[in-house]
Amino acid sequence: MQSEPSITPDAGLQPSAAPFWRDPAKRAIVFQVAALLLVASVCYYLFTNTQANLERQSIATGFGFLETEAGFEIGEAMVDYSAADSYADALLVGALNTIKVSFIGVILTVILGTFIGIARLSSNWLVARLAAGYIEVMQNIPVLLQLFFWYAIFYETFPSPRQALNPFNGVFLCNRGLIFAVPEAHAAHTAMGWVLLIALVAGWGLNRWGRRRQALTGQIFPIIRVTLALCLGLPLLTWLFYGAPTAMNVPELQSFNFKGGITISPEFSALLLGLVFYTAAFVAEIVRAGIQSVSRGQIEAAMSVGLRPGQVLHLVIFPQALRVIIPPLTSQLLNLTKNSSLAIAIGYADFVAVTNTTINQTGQAIEGVALIMLVYLSFSLSTSLFMNIYNKKMVLVER
Amino acid sequence: MKLSRLTVMVTILSLLAAGIAFAGKDLDAVKKKGFIQAGVNGNVFGFGMPDNKGVWKGLDVDTARAVAVAIFGDASKVKFTPLTAQQRFTALQSGEIDLLTRNATRTLSRETKLGLNFVTVNYYDGQGFMVPKKLGVKSAKDLSGATICVLPGTTTEQNAADFFRTNKMDWTPVVIESTSELAQTFFAGRCDVLTSDASQLAGTRAIAPNPKDYVVLPEIISKEPLAPAVRHGDDQWRDIVDFAVLAMINAEEMGITSQNVDKMLKSKDPMVQRFLGVIEGNGKALGLDEKWAYNIIKQVGNYGEIFERNVGVNTTLGIERGLNALWTNGGLMYSPPFK
Repeated sequence: MQSEPSITPDAGLQPSAAPFWRDPAKRAIVFQVAALLLVASVCYYLFTNTQANLERQSIATGFGFLETEAGFEIGEAMVDYSAADSYADALLVGALNTIKVSFIGVILTVILGTFIGIARLSSNWLVARLAAGYIEVMQNIPVLLQLFFWYAIFYETFPSPRQALNPFNGVFLCNRGLIFAVPEAHAAHTAMGWVLLIALVAGWGLNRWGRRRQALTGQIFPIIRVTLALCLGLPLLTWLFYGAPTAMNVPELQSFNFKGGITISPEFSALLLGLVFYTAAFVAEIVRAGIQSVSRGQIEAAMSVGLRPGQVLHLVIFPQALRVIIPPLTSQLLNLTKNSSLAIAIGYADFVAVTNTTINQTGQAIEGVALIMLVYLSFSLSTSLFMNIYNKKMVLVER
Repeated sequence: MKLSRLTVMVTILSLLAAGIAFAGKDLDAVKKKGFIQAGVNGNVFGFGMPDNKGVWKGLDVDTARAVAVAIFGDASKVKFTPLTAQQRFTALQSGEIDLLTRNATRTLSRETKLGLNFVTVNYYDGQGFMVPKKLGVKSAKDLSGATICVLPGTTTEQNAADFFRTNKMDWTPVVIESTSELAQTFFAGRCDVLTSDASQLAGTRAIAPNPKDYVVLPEIISKEPLAPAVRHGDDQWRDIVDFAVLAMINAEEMGITSQNVDKMLKSKDPMVQRFLGVIEGNGKALGLDEKWAYNIIKQVGNYGEIFERNVGVNTTLGIERGLNALWTNGGLMYSPPFK
């Protein structure tokens, strides 16, 4: 405000020549650098101090242990693993198990949560009350207890393998899990997978083309039906082309257990159910809040131009509600991923469980805990990155 | 979160001031605070578990009490921290406890990589398998394809893997952190087999809904010398813990019990006199009261007494002395001379 040079010619009062502590921009830089130095020196102190302590107590350090033989077995692994493999392999198995339960869990949670959130707003009294009851009960019981509950259901209520329930041919249900027959490995299956991928890409292209055509001409193309037909029909044709292989890998009861087929273990199922049912309650509330954030007038307007209820939801409510839903939804999905570390309580071999065993065998707790932090951080950051990109996309929809 | 305890201990380990590396640090710290903080199991009957009145009982608990008696002349000067298999070594490293008496197996890698010193073994154990009788299994060699319940973070996990690899058999582990949850899972039939140290199998069998439905297979697949452990860096503290255990063994060798120890004070045998501090010297050498060994036997008992009291044939566990008998009776318990 004192930029009129006419008052005084003194150069010291010129804004350009003000001392740096009076310049907010420069001051900010100084503060930032000071803060950074402080954090860096604290980190340096912790690191060197830890290093010195460990050396003084002659505790082994470093990540060299990752190369050595793990020597322990893991109950379920998505890749080939045996006790003769290295700790790095064991940790990879653990990380993949965490990804498996989180990935499936996140998808199921979003579906179930959305469904219950909508049900909570239903005009049907019974449906709305049931949804509300579900949310209250699930939200208010600690997730660890829920895990124990589901796990106990599996091992207490299902019979031993020798008395396994056999509801359909080739499907067995017992306290070792759900065991079912799968098609014998055949070249056709790989080809079918690729064809399905092609069908999905084609469906995506079709969707874009259909929308543009609708915008230009007003004609509606039955995208969903055609895409579904492509996804089912193309793999089926491929299967026929390969001579329709029907050999099945049927589980058979051996002395202790079933051999063959695919087993979904009680540990995995209990963890998945516990996490999904618990987190879905929170997601349902978020979805409800999102839907209610769309003003009533918009819905009435949409109905008065003649859209059907499904179209109102799809075209008017969701595009706007999603902007409110996505940020808190992201944090719930991250919670699910992090809560999956409770796996060790019910014996699912997730990353934390495998790392704990590794820590105990090698004694390298600091490295182990650092690895756990790194892995969960990268899981969380990538989930958040994905959700942020999605969020940006949703924001752009606004006109 | 499950991890929090371990994380806190790791953090403490990182934050520990670097300037505490001088001789006698652990002993001085213990004397200063007036009691020993001992890490024990908390879940294994006969080794370390509070009874229904909340009093800690067990072979490992009595071992820690013997050390308290040696230093303070008072068996009550010890506090117990229950630890899981996963937490125990970190708890010792970070200084949360002074002494670890938690059925820990002495191994080369633990001794070297963890910065620990194990002392004299207070229980010779070995890993075995327990199965429900109705499975009709007679030998561990018949276990191919079995699902096996096992605790994480123990030598047990590795031993089982080694055994099945050596015998070219398949198995599926079910690894659950809590001892009681693991036993529950096994009793419900989630696993065909429970594997652990033989002493712990006996303890688990004792709490089964119907103990007669379970048998322990004859094979012992590993050596598990269970020993108390201390941190590196205080040799005097290590010596005291070591000789507190040895004193109980030595007393049994000499036939000294908590009942007759007062009478034995009048013994003419110079070895007994030296041991009980009638002839002075041992106490001074360790930096303890001359009556330290007398006090241990008087207040805690000799090795035979604590064994019979906690795990012996007349207890629920009903374990024979076996390897834990004195060397003179065909066991491994042997004390160097107290002179």
